[in-house]
Amino acid sequence: MTTVEVEKTEARTNGKHFKVIGQRVIRPDGVDKVTGRAQYGADVMLQGLLYGKVLRSPHAHARILSIDTSAAEKLPGVKAVITGKDLKPGEDKVAKSGESSVNYSYLSQNVLAQDKVLYHGHPVAAVAATSIHIAEEALALIKVEYEVLPPVLNALDAMKDDAPILLPNLRTRELGEVVSDKPTNVASHEQYARGDLAAGFAEADVIVEREFHTNTVHQGYIEPQNGTALWNADGQITVWTSTQGAWDQRRDLSEILHVPLSQIRVIPMEIGGGFGGKFPVYLEPLAALLSLKSGHRPVKMWMQRDEVLKATGPTSASVIRVKMGARKDGKITAAQAWMAYEAGAFPGSPVSAGMGVIFAPYKLDNVQIDGYDVVVNKPAAKAYRAPGGTNAAFAGETVIDELAEKLGMDPIEFRRINAAKEGDRRADGPVYGRIGFIETLDAIEKHPHYNAPLPEPSAPYMKVGRGVACGFWYNWDGKSSASAVVNPDGTVSYLEGSTDIGGTRASLAMMLAETLGIHYEDVKPMVGDTQTVGYNDGTGGSRTTYGSGMAAYHLGKEIIKEMKQRAAVLWEVPADDIDVEGDVYSYGDKRITFKELCAKLDETGGPMSVSVSLDTKGAIPALATHVVDVEVDTETGKVNILRYTAAQDVGRAIHPSYVEGQIHGGVAQGIGWALNEEYYYDEDGHLMNASLLDYRMPTALDLPMIEAVIVEVPNPNHPFGVKGVGEVPIVPPAAAIANAIYRAVGVRMTVLPMNPRNVLKALGKI
Amino acid sequence: MSNKVPVTATINDEEKSFLCEPRQSLLEVLRDVLNLTGAKEGCNNGNCGACAVIMNGVLVNSCLVLGVEANGATITTIEGITPKEGLHPLQQKFLEDAALQCGICTPGFIVAAKALLDKNPSPTEHEVRYWLAGNLCRCTGYDKIVRAVLDAAAIMRAEKQTA
Repeated sequence: MTTVEVEKTEARTNGKHFKVIGQRVIRPDGVDKVTGRAQYGADVMLQGLLYGKVLRSPHAHARILSIDTSAAEKLPGVKAVITGKDLKPGEDKVAKSGESSVNYSYLSQNVLAQDKVLYHGHPVAAVAATSIHIAEEALALIKVEYEVLPPVLNALDAMKDDAPILLPNLRTRELGEVVSDKPTNVASHEQYARGDLAAGFAEADVIVEREFHTNTVHQGYIEPQNGTALWNADGQITVWTSTQGAWDQRRDLSEILHVPLSQIRVIPMEIGGGFGGKFPVYLEPLAALLSLKSGHRPVKMWMQRDEVLKATGPTSASVIRVKMGARKDGKITAAQAWMAYEAGAFPGSPVSAGMGVIFAPYKLDNVQIDGYDVVVNKPAAKAYRAPGGTNAAFAGETVIDELAEKLGMDPIEFRRINAAKEGDRRADGPVYGRIGFIETLDAIEKHPHYNAPLPEPSAPYMKVGRGVACGFWYNWDGKSSASAVVNPDGTVSYLEGSTDIGGTRASLAMMLAETLGIHYEDVKPMVGDTQTVGYNDGTGGSRTTYGSGMAAYHLGKEIIKEMKQRAAVLWEVPADDIDVEGDVYSYGDKRITFKELCAKLDETGGPMSVSVSLDTKGAIPALATHVVDVEVDTETGKVNILRYTAAQDVGRAIHPSYVEGQIHGGVAQGIGWALNEEYYYDEDGHLMNASLLDYRMPTALDLPMIEAVIVEVPNPNHPFGVKGVGEVPIVPPAAAIANAIYRAVGVRMTVLPMNPRNVLKALGKI
Repeated sequence: MSNKVPVTATINDEEKSFLCEPRQSLLEVLRDVLNLTGAKEGCNNGNCGACAVIMNGVLVNSCLVLGVEANGATITTIEGITPKEGLHPLQQKFLEDAALQCGICTPGFIVAAKALLDKNPSPTEHEVRYWLAGNLCRCTGYDKIVRAVLDAAAIMRAEKQTA
């Protein structure tokens, strides 16, 4: 690791160095995870447990004429069968869910189809039985009659006037308003615009215009979706599941099942990856309904991998047209983008997020970005790490690279000339706080990788090239609650509510320990559920270390306030006059440590517990600059990643290993998206590669070591300077690799994935 | 109805007898019959390696083995790799090197890495990557996993020398 510390947050730490923050401590949940003892959603076992399975549509687009479940119901061992009729339609209203929003009418239809199926794999019925195998046998006994309809499988086709219509009641929201009553597949057209585009292009010495196509990709978490539900005889519903947002789930279940929030408890189990895809409910409402219908027995469900690929996630395929102009001195004079993102079966692609990402790193006076959210017969698109960002940056950063090339400028220098800084306004409106974009450009420019000669090609038909690209992600703050019990032995039991996907129990406990001046090991963190700790927004939007970290800090401050009261009782002095330095509380020549004071809790007022609930503000976006060396096999079209370096402004790295891990993981997913991953549909809309053999995610053999360069430009709004880390690393890789391929072989890649087929096509060889 | 078959196998140094249906995979038996849930189901068709176990000295995906095939076999799962005291060097290094994020693939990686180090105590980075290519991780980009395996190998070699 390389750390580039740009500023120190001395003011925030009274000039002291951190004791805990910045250390590479062992995560508290680690031993359970390396010994196989950790309880993930699919590991739940309960008395009288039944097993549930889902019957899915074999068609991409069809009307359901009839469903006959009678034979399935008669199979011995089957305890309940449900179809769309068992689900009261959801209300046509929208709520925020994780990083995106959710319409309950659509969410309900996605969970279990009503009159139409809209994608291959759309659930049409579900069964609970005494064994998973009996449940599978029962599925085969359900008879569904379909009227097959023509599917529409990409955004451009779906936007045509004569396209098959998925949702008969859908009308385009044109810049926020419905202006036509014509049925359509275009859910919305949004626009960001500023300045005078025509004048900007007139001023340009060079203009580049290109169209990009990216394919559908999946989050690819290794743990399939699962959910276990008990709908008890008293009406209380308990759900054990793998979720990024227990409170989001509780709200979604309440809306879908038409049951008050107070009757639902969501217990988040350990989660095997999410990347945005584990916000939505899929199986949980079905498990709950099956539990109700089977006489209040708990029902466990989990997906097979083909179900995960066919019916969860994915993120949008897209068509993006970019036009940018720049002057000879390197100043970008105008930038325009037209972006159509596939929403899948229901509105809700991340196109607006992509619109904000595409030109975000640059200060632009004349800009216009148009975005279209388009429904097609594919699974409903869900958030995937920096949703919509990778496709957007692939387009934007490729054009930036081409402008730099046409102007004969170094790609980093060209970006520096145009780089956004604190105080600059983005195309989507907000004004930047203290971002560290230029610092990441500097870090890469100075890095040995950028200054090393290109590796020698390994064969005459191999070509090597180096590419650079940048990325932006908004970062989220959001709501966090936490509570703590101070124990007589000097430890603090710390209950937080953020699902821990990548080591946040450690980073949050570190911030609480730092605040209290105690050892990390003396904080005992635990993730609560919707009934044991206050409301928390989900683990997404790169918010946990920021927002829940702020809650940890304020929780620590509350504990200190209480501890001062206890010392005041002990010494019979005013609490306000007690000084606190690290873990030492003092008054005049009286001194007592946190631990010693804990031993005196009983005699100074009894047990101590505190809690906080915050609506945090002040997140600052993350920016990153990546450089990659690739080797292109000009005979087969295969691209190998030789070396990869990613510099990112993280604000403050609380646990550097897990910060590096986020960067590594985001880069690896970005490489997969860039080179291999795609949904392959036949012309009837059947997903043809619904396995992890054919949906080809990177293996250990496909990747080199990835160097993470941590740049620290502290966020002044956070007690420890934190900025979100998790998402931005997936934004630049596709563009960086495309730019490297160009430097290697002289062709601009405008299609993802850049797999052998598409590279050979671009080379004119097939 | 079910025609269960009696099976006896040595699992993690203990003799286990159980009944299983011929259609149940070893993974299902481990998880649902024997409550050894350390082996994880990620794909159920041999592509992700999350269910890896060592069977008669060979690394296998337990989702591709039938429970009845385990009769007479010697099987080591992640639960059996954990020593009586402390942790196996692989487990220790995965923790110290932060080689896990969500942790769902971790048991499979540790089992697979153990099978590698049993055969080859001094693997190169490439050999580690090649061997572990049957295990998918979506969180880490493999960087810290590969380092952890190389670090654990070094510790195990040193331990062997002093032993």
